[in-house]
Amino acid sequence: MIKLENVKKVYPDGTEAVKGITFEINEGELCVLLGPSGCGKTTTMKMINRLIPITEGHIYIDGTDNREMDENELRREMGYAIQEIGLFPHMTVRENIATVPTLKNWSDDEKEERARNLLNLMGMDPDEFIDKYPTELSGGQRQRVGVARSLGADPPIMLMDEPFGAIDPITRDRLQDEFLKIQNEIQKTIVFVTHDINEAIKMGDKVALLKEGELIQYSQPAELLAAPKNRFVRDFVGSDRTLKSLRLMKVDEAMKESPRVVKEDQDLESVGQIMREEGVNYLIVVENGNKLKGWINREDVEEAGQGRVADAMVRDTEAAETGTSLANALTVMLERDVANLPVVDGDNNLKGLLTFNDLQSLIGETYTESGGKHPEVSK
Amino acid sequence: MRRRIVLVILLSIFIGVTIWITEMGSLKYMEPKTYTDIGRQAWNHLKMVGIAELLAIGVGVPLGIFVTRPGMKKFATPIVGTANVGQTIPSLAVIAIMAPILGYGFNSAIIALFVYSLLPVLRNSYAGINDIDPAIIESAKGMGMSRTQIALRIELPLARPVIMAGIRTSTVICVGTATLAVLVGGEGLGKIILTGLYTQIPLLIVQGAAPTAALAVILDTLLGGFEAAMTPRGLKKG
Repeated sequence: MIKLENVKKVYPDGTEAVKGITFEINEGELCVLLGPSGCGKTTTMKMINRLIPITEGHIYIDGTDNREMDENELRREMGYAIQEIGLFPHMTVRENIATVPTLKNWSDDEKEERARNLLNLMGMDPDEFIDKYPTELSGGQRQRVGVARSLGADPPIMLMDEPFGAIDPITRDRLQDEFLKIQNEIQKTIVFVTHDINEAIKMGDKVALLKEGELIQYSQPAELLAAPKNRFVRDFVGSDRTLKSLRLMKVDEAMKESPRVVKEDQDLESVGQIMREEGVNYLIVVENGNKLKGWINREDVEEAGQGRVADAMVRDTEAAETGTSLANALTVMLERDVANLPVVDGDNNLKGLLTFNDLQSLIGETYTESGGKHPEVSK
Repeated sequence: MRRRIVLVILLSIFIGVTIWITEMGSLKYMEPKTYTDIGRQAWNHLKMVGIAELLAIGVGVPLGIFVTRPGMKKFATPIVGTANVGQTIPSLAVIAIMAPILGYGFNSAIIALFVYSLLPVLRNSYAGINDIDPAIIESAKGMGMSRTQIALRIELPLARPVIMAGIRTSTVICVGTATLAVLVGGEGLGKIILTGLYTQIPLLIVQGAAPTAALAVILDTLLGGFEAAMTPRGLKKG
């Protein structure tokens, strides 16, 4: 756990880079320090491993004031990855990854094993890459090795300063996804600096938004979007924050569970009955227990008059898998011009139903609940 | 490859010319220098260059590195600047100044040569360290390397090729400048050249100049090989 207590940084020329900020980063959490350039986010991060000396206040690492620790020892317990990567060009990938293990006097076998494991974790073939030099790698590969190196001695804490900043958007997106997966496994306490709101929302468990050396808002990404504290936050997260928050929420959170269903061999009269009783125009058709087959609507039922569901139903149906973001589900709904979207699991078992109305009211709810303005209906 | 061919051709010409003149017999009113003479003076020449160069390395490399240390950067400009000025003064003038100050003799020749060889070594040592990508140093520091570890494991290996290039340039210049050392009482191949000048026998001048050139080419090649061997693999191009 990292605890910052009224931390200040004043440079000799009088510039106040960080003006007394206080917050806590819980163990295993990825905390994003977010803000425009010059907001003090990098300065704050570098005070944690004392690359920049603290002027006032305290930073506690698991309860110990970091100024009471030997600075090199302190840094060896924290992975450190920066945008420029800074791989050592005269060392192989193996030697680069083993930087901190070497400082900690690990044996050669341990270092070799660690380097291989980390390359595997990064999705790089150890046999192919371990003896290469940084100049022989692509930008994305260098970035991966940089992250692997910061994980070298398995530090409990990692400091990352725009670690995916210097690569093309497609590779960056992939690296972010990979890193999230890795973080899921390794559960490090991470301080992650970025100026990119989208990256912050995607990566962060918590986001600390800074402005001119002050902490403006510290909350979960969803809350940052739903309940921006002031105008600055609102402007910073952008006018499309409704869409951004949809990217954060999963269909599972918004769907109706166990919706009313009918079977293919049911007769249409009884189906019409159900529709009138429930006051719905749309029913999902399932077969073989709970497998999604299609859907049927009121018009078709009334037009056909009698017969079986199988005669009047629509078989080719769109569905969203559980875990899909609401933004993606909404895109499908708009593209297909449907107001209802069944939610299924990986085996096509029906899990629930997402309706456009639910979606709309959910967005409204998150805003009003947290005191925000009611959203303009998304364009 | 092409460079190597040029070197071999040059070397053959210089050595060939030297042999040709030495074997010639009589030059106007005097005999040409013997192989023994040339050998002795070449050895003296090498000795002067060697001592001066070792001094230049001994002072230039530590000084160059010293001014890159945190807190010492303010000395960088005056120190490198002074050395630059030293280099701007013509070599003959540097050597001429030494005579009245230190008297005639081998030692003042050495000191003059040292002053003149210092700059390339100093400047390259400074630049070699100073031009390392700051991100490399920052990540080393951020991972918990001490200052000494950074210097020994990161900065020196990365700066080594640049420092070696400085030593090589300096040595080659020094071989040429050393021919002037004879003016302040030094020895070396310059003595043969000077004799040729006094007696106005051009072939005698060439007999001193050609081996000097050969010496420069040989040292340049040797140090070039050394430089390549000292360059860490990851820094080599291609």
